[in-house]
Amino acid sequence: MAAQANVGGVKAVEAGTRGGWRMALPGSLWLVAFFLLPLVIMAIVSFMSLGARKTIVMPFTDANYQRVLSALYLPTIWDSVWISLVTTIICLLVGYPLAFFISTRKSQFARQLALFLVILPFWTNFVVRTYAMQTVLAREGVLNQILLSLGVIQNPLELLYTPGAVIIGLVYGYLPFMVLPIYATAERFDFKLVAAANDLGANDWQAIWRIIIPLTLPGVIAGFILVFIPCLGAFVTPELLGGTSTLMIGNLINSQFEESNYPRGSALSITLMALVMIALLLYVRFGTREQT
Amino acid sequence: MAQGTLTRPVRSEVNIDVAKMRRDLRVRQIGKVGYFLNALAAYFFLWAPILVLVLFSFNDSRSVAQWQGFTTRWYTGIFENVAGTSVRGSTTSILDALRNSLVIGSLATLFATVLGTALALAIVRYKFPGKRVLDSILYLPVIIPEIAQAISLALFFKIVFDTINLMRPDQPPATYGYGTIIIGHVVFNIAYVVIVVRARLADMNPRLEEAARDLGANEWQTFWRVTFPLMLPGIVAGALLAFTLSLDDYIVTAMNRGIGDATLTVVVFGMMRRGVSPEVNAISTLMIIFSILLIGISLLLQGRSAVTGRG
Repeated sequence: MAAQANVGGVKAVEAGTRGGWRMALPGSLWLVAFFLLPLVIMAIVSFMSLGARKTIVMPFTDANYQRVLSALYLPTIWDSVWISLVTTIICLLVGYPLAFFISTRKSQFARQLALFLVILPFWTNFVVRTYAMQTVLAREGVLNQILLSLGVIQNPLELLYTPGAVIIGLVYGYLPFMVLPIYATAERFDFKLVAAANDLGANDWQAIWRIIIPLTLPGVIAGFILVFIPCLGAFVTPELLGGTSTLMIGNLINSQFEESNYPRGSALSITLMALVMIALLLYVRFGTREQT
Repeated sequence: MAQGTLTRPVRSEVNIDVAKMRRDLRVRQIGKVGYFLNALAAYFFLWAPILVLVLFSFNDSRSVAQWQGFTTRWYTGIFENVAGTSVRGSTTSILDALRNSLVIGSLATLFATVLGTALALAIVRYKFPGKRVLDSILYLPVIIPEIAQAISLALFFKIVFDTINLMRPDQPPATYGYGTIIIGHVVFNIAYVVIVVRARLADMNPRLEEAARDLGANEWQTFWRVTFPLMLPGIVAGALLAFTLSLDDYIVTAMNRGIGDATLTVVVFGMMRRGVSPEVNAISTLMIIFSILLIGISLLLQGRSAVTGRG
């Protein structure tokens, strides 16, 4: 009886190996053909040159990368990095207490509602939400109207098309990415540990810095990565809220492709992906250590 | 350790510093108020712009900041083609754009759901060589910036089309269109379908399938009569998510579309670039309501599946 079941089990696994590949194959092929292969081609094109009539021609060169790292583009790359960093830090400062606020609601209903209210905007159209921020910040927008009618300002402020507007738009777009992973760790946090620390003589600051923050660090690091990476590659937000004055790498890539300068656009994309990879490697190096 | 506890000075000399306690209490109260204010400000920040946008879509004036009275004329205006817009030389009316969005969204969702469900089943239920590599490649489209995915795909299609057109110069030239947009949407949707369906599969009891086989059902019957019905809520939730992402997408669509193939998001983006206007408020409001409906249904299905999965 047992031997029979065993034989059946072995058969199932053998059939499973073939069945598994059969099922995985169409989806895998799709991703290889339309995702991995284009990335490889882009990496190759980034080392090629632009020929006559905007064709991609042969001599392999590193001229595109020299241009990317020249004074022409480096300031924009640097802008993208600092705008993303400031955005991520603001998200952390607002999102950390917010995640704890949500996780410490007493009733399950209140907790779910508080979480739902953070998640829902995140699922509405990103372009539409960016536009909503545009209607608030515009010269003839709501914020200026309110400030004017309160007499705080005499002339409308130029809030739109500044780095500040881009940062506000990015925080607006990606705050939920910070809240969700921190919430996941905050929800599991045992407040008895704080009571224990207080009993042992720790004051509130010590309890926060030595108990609460170290124990929720994995969520913080995950949130940091989840906000920082999409900010670095942002295109819609700087395009709508930054105008022509605040450019990020995403806008540069887009404008190179609109001008059909594929090699240089590819080199910029590869540079962006390299920055993302650096962030991910830092995450793998420092962020996942806590879980062991 | 034990010695440490023993030799540790017993805090008998606890001198009660009333002033310090009062100070601590005040700090704690300020902290608590700040904690509430932060949450309040965050919710206000997340919701106020959306509410303002919806409110001024009903404003009887071109201003999107000063209330003049109630009207629905911006909504009727949308469907009278008034709000048609020209994006890079081609004019697409709102209704055409809506039709493009729905066709592209449906087809991309169909492909992504079939491919993603098969991938999720293969990964959860089977062992095969290369599974770990596949598992990591699967989520790359979620991690890599969308602009890089969009641009690399557009470049890939350009090279493919240039080659095809060179090989058969007498034929009408191959170029971007619905097909290229759908292919791009399927790439980023597959990962999300896999995530949702996989969660559902992980909650399912594999004994049910074993029982079906023990009772004489073959692999095919087991799948269609047991596995598939149990997976269905996860599949539908994944499909709704894919549909929403497809409708919302700007970057991949804009980079891989042919002339005239503007989706609603692309047309609205073009209008937004020219600044704020009540027509855009009205379309945006309709888009927000539609996304919220879709996501509500998706969350409801996932929630129910989580409950029944445990039972």
